[in-house]
Amino acid sequence: MIMPTSVQPTKPWKPTIRERANDVVIFLVSIISSFVVVAMTPMKGKLAYFAIFFIVYALLTSIFKGTQRGSAAAKDALVNSLVAIGAIVTVIPAASILATVLKKGLPGISFGLFTHDMGLATPTDPLNNGGLLHAITGTLTLVVIALILSVPIGILTALYLIEIKGRFTAPIRFLVQAMSGVPSIVAGLFILSAILYPITKAYSGLMGSLALTILMIPTIARTSEEVLNLIPNELREAGTALGATQWRTVAMIVLPAAKSGLITAIILGVARIAGETAPILLLTGGGDKVNPNAFNGPMGSLPYYIWKAFNAGSPEAITRAWAGLLVLVGLVLILFTSARFLGSRKILK
Amino acid sequence: MDTTVKPSSLADVAHAKPVKVSGTRALGTGLETRGVHAWFGKHHALSNISLDFAAGTVTALIGPSGCGKSTFIRTINRMHEFIPGAAMAGEVLLDGKDIYAPGTDVTKIRLQIGMVFQKPNPFPSMTIGENVLSGLKLAQIKVENKDELLEESLERAGLWSEVKDRLGAHGGSLSGGQQQRLCIARALAVGPQVILMDEPCSALDPGSTLRIEETIRHLSDTMTIIIVTHNMQQAARVSDYTAFFLSDGGPGQMIEVAPTSEIFSRPKDQRTENYVTGRFG
Repeated sequence: MIMPTSVQPTKPWKPTIRERANDVVIFLVSIISSFVVVAMTPMKGKLAYFAIFFIVYALLTSIFKGTQRGSAAAKDALVNSLVAIGAIVTVIPAASILATVLKKGLPGISFGLFTHDMGLATPTDPLNNGGLLHAITGTLTLVVIALILSVPIGILTALYLIEIKGRFTAPIRFLVQAMSGVPSIVAGLFILSAILYPITKAYSGLMGSLALTILMIPTIARTSEEVLNLIPNELREAGTALGATQWRTVAMIVLPAAKSGLITAIILGVARIAGETAPILLLTGGGDKVNPNAFNGPMGSLPYYIWKAFNAGSPEAITRAWAGLLVLVGLVLILFTSARFLGSRKILK
Repeated sequence: MDTTVKPSSLADVAHAKPVKVSGTRALGTGLETRGVHAWFGKHHALSNISLDFAAGTVTALIGPSGCGKSTFIRTINRMHEFIPGAAMAGEVLLDGKDIYAPGTDVTKIRLQIGMVFQKPNPFPSMTIGENVLSGLKLAQIKVENKDELLEESLERAGLWSEVKDRLGAHGGSLSGGQQQRLCIARALAVGPQVILMDEPCSALDPGSTLRIEETIRHLSDTMTIIIVTHNMQQAARVSDYTAFFLSDGGPGQMIEVAPTSEIFSRPKDQRTENYVTGRFG
């Protein structure tokens, strides 16, 4: 009889020290050989190190596993390392962009940046002159107006596609999908030629918001459609069987059950447009002062601020541009993080 | 119940129920179907079902999967038309009036003929209390005393004592059997005359099943119940009448309907006998 206390939990499938040592050796050999190859051939740069390291590592692991456990294990190891390389290659640009923006943007960040606009300053002025308050308020104004316009349209579209399933479901779904591929400059030119030139004849925040709305609707509609699709049909049937009309069922059961998913859809839509530049350049006029009126006069925005500062070219202006980029990236990052946080909560309790 | 009864004998189980005294307190005069057919697109799922459901009785619908039992009860509260491509023929009379007559308010019909589904489906965004009263909100019915109705509905569904201290908790926090009784309470709160149950215990453990069966027997004093079940024992235990449905590859048909004790002791049709004795199906 085995005493219960004499049994210790083990993990017999864990790699042994010897196996781990082998892995480490292969890793080190791959690194060394990448240095050797870069030194001995005309290939230069960081990319060369990475490429050679990955190739050597993939080959060495698969050869090593192959000699130990046969060709199937070799293929398995090769595919494993290729998948890992793919994942790392995806992360490198994103991490590198973030690092660069942080490094170059942080020197330009100061408290005054968030309390002043560029009404009395030019991008080439010393850094303590002016700020990007007008750009932040401008971007927020543009986003809020675009939200007010696109959230109802986007969610109603999704409701039509999922709940009503009317005769036009197929063409509307196709159009929404096609719309999500519309280049932003096309949305900008459309508003320019359809509204700004013939009707208002003046730059304003509203014009920019209209173009952003065009870009935002497909994102919200498609994500909401997927969320609503996840709501089990049993809930709709239960509502209907209790004597509710379809509208009451949707409003009281389906939408509350889908709430957190719909919030995610909206945040993804905002993140999609917050950094949009092309239509803003065409339509808002890019003012340098805080403009609380979205319907009249030029309206600044973060992308416009960055573009203008980079064009000015002086070292101060370039620092301003990087600081603006950092603020913009931070804004988008906050939105994506909150979207992930809200989305990771279960739709159904 | 007589303890000498062998539980394996379904006929004895069916006989062991107390006999219903005539003169029930149930609302209305019952439900009749006249020549009901149902289609899904071109597929003819159900053929010529004529059945009477007297007020205050429990009728079990039995038969192998795919014989149209669920489709049939969904034609009774007009949930059948919820499925795209569905069609039907025939009449369903509630208190003598055809619920498919032109100009009938479908939502009113569903208030009078409630439904409990196979899988417990409490509304996830609502608390236990809100779930019970959700039908009132959904159908925009005003009641004087909500608390009283809440307690009464939960009491009739046999759930009050278990949840009375946590009416504010989410419906999803209950066990499967409790959730199903919550769904029964939800259906009761709008005051239906008839309750349709589509395999209400198929997702539940035996203990919860027993509780629901007790609830059904209780409710049958005051309402008409139609229950689809794959469980012969359950049909024998809870129902006053049993109807046997069968599909021979074509549309589902009703082979036989009789008092439950007769179906399980001396069915008229050989196919019914084969099914209830477990020789097929």
